[in-house]
Amino acid sequence: MAQQTKTQFGYRRHPDQDRRETDPAHHPVVIVGAGPVGLSLAIDLAQRGQRVVLLDDADRIGEGSRAICFSKRSLEFWDRLGVGDRMVDKGVVWSVGKIFHGASQLYQFNLLPEEGHKRPAFINLQQFYAEAYLVDRVEELSAIDLRWRNKVIALEQRNDHVVLTVETPDGAYRLAASHLVACDGARSSLRRMVGAEFAGQVFEDQFLIADVKMSAEFPTERWFWFDPPFHAGRSALLHRQPDDIWRIDLQLSPDADPVVERKPENVRPRIARMLGHDKFEFEWISLYKFQCRRMEKFNHGRVIFAGDSAHQVSPFGARGANSGLEDAENLGWKLDRVLRGLSPERLLESYHIERSAAADENIRESTRSTDFMAPATNQEARLRKAVLALARETDFGKRMINGGRLSIPSIYETPLSTPDVDAWNGGTRPGASMPDAPLKDRSGQSTYLTDAFVAAGTRFTVLAFANGAAPDVPNDVGVIRIGGGDFTDAAGLLDARYDAAPGSAYLLRPDGYVAARFRHPTRAALEAALARASGLN
Amino acid sequence: MALSTSSNFAKPDDAFRMIVEAHRGLDDAQSGDLDAALVLILANHIGDIGVLRDAITLAKRQVIEAVQPSQQ
Repeated sequence: MAQQTKTQFGYRRHPDQDRRETDPAHHPVVIVGAGPVGLSLAIDLAQRGQRVVLLDDADRIGEGSRAICFSKRSLEFWDRLGVGDRMVDKGVVWSVGKIFHGASQLYQFNLLPEEGHKRPAFINLQQFYAEAYLVDRVEELSAIDLRWRNKVIALEQRNDHVVLTVETPDGAYRLAASHLVACDGARSSLRRMVGAEFAGQVFEDQFLIADVKMSAEFPTERWFWFDPPFHAGRSALLHRQPDDIWRIDLQLSPDADPVVERKPENVRPRIARMLGHDKFEFEWISLYKFQCRRMEKFNHGRVIFAGDSAHQVSPFGARGANSGLEDAENLGWKLDRVLRGLSPERLLESYHIERSAAADENIRESTRSTDFMAPATNQEARLRKAVLALARETDFGKRMINGGRLSIPSIYETPLSTPDVDAWNGGTRPGASMPDAPLKDRSGQSTYLTDAFVAAGTRFTVLAFANGAAPDVPNDVGVIRIGGGDFTDAAGLLDARYDAAPGSAYLLRPDGYVAARFRHPTRAALEAALARASGLN
Repeated sequence: MALSTSSNFAKPDDAFRMIVEAHRGLDDAQSGDLDAALVLILANHIGDIGVLRDAITLAKRQVIEAVQPSQQ
């Protein structure tokens, strides 16, 4: 099949290209790579008031579902960027997964078994739609200067800035930036330019992905097979997407010839066996191998790596794009504070601390899934066989089956958190992301905590459970008051999720993670927690 | 909880015999499958990752020392 282009953009010459080589334009922040991570980070920074230059070496959005599964956490981030509704309206919502062995179902799981969240556990959406919606949003923001067909070919690192050489259809030009964020993907050229190539575990098994167009009555669920009748001895995955497109992943043997395997005439019979008919058309076919690895350091002087450029995982678990988006939400507010001079440079070190630990967790989880799918030794195969057999009649066997553990946000062990001093019965601990819950606003309208967080300014925010008096909060901090104030806990779920005794308060970071919590917040305690979460002490 | 290595069965011979007899009539591949299932069932029953780790360490020491007998 020929490469298709889903959306084509135009190269435009920029006045920066007319500058003398010795006097390049200087920008506060340049992002390289207009994929989901780079686009989202650019929007976040622009919404925080930063001017951003976003460079991409291509001028089109490619075809194929690629990342496909976007998590609740990613949707909550996109809500803050003003694109959540569009993603969810177009996407296919799902939360149930089923695991099959041979011809029979072994296990079913619900990824969001509890009520009261604005966003679902996951949507499925072709990556090209997500990118197109993000580009539309970028175009609404005059603070983002998106330059297509601008390819970084050289990097010079200085003490307090970098200088880039950028190649365009009109020739090369130079560009200086106080901070550079490399969101240029798994084959990052910036990673090579900083001399930080990395090794990792390479998986030999190959996977064939196909986007197939058909009308089908399969439910909107994630179906995963071990050793299905239509693909003996290997695994298979079926997922629904918008536009009557179905995503199919088939595991192939390590010695399968990629050129042969991806030919439509060879893929078609396999999928016909899977579906039981051949009334489908191919939209996209791809073959991949993968590695699990991360950079030792995500920050290299004034160059920061985010997304696939910094870490790569196996695709089982939807931990690639979603973890990249978590990188972006983690970095945006920190970079904004540093650029404004509100926080020292070392706040950016917490990006590395928090997100490299998350990358380790994602690599660990997705490696375990991959090992379960493709046992490396006879004994591993034997143990897996035992798990699959035991799953037929035991609960513990079902729970040991690993057909992909789907992405959930990490809990950060971070110097930005203030350790608990009070007693809490559960709730949400410092370093964890804020769970959503339904609220009613002052006029009785239904809303959600995540929306209230956006309305409060997507900044440091005190979530206060009132006992009459309004809490005394530091300057420039948003407030969400529950009870006796702006909002009420509509379903009692907020109380459960935050162990919300009257008078308690949570300090939320601008990325919606808990920085600190207090039973009896004082102005001084909140100030201290705020300083710590801002990298000021 | 620590791994218990004191003798816990009133009649240890019965326990050993039961495991031995479970393998009777099985070929090597089937025996391997049986052991794998048994390990997983017992590990889950114990339900303590620390005990499991200690048990693996103890078991592994027997295998490694069987290959490389220590000089004494």
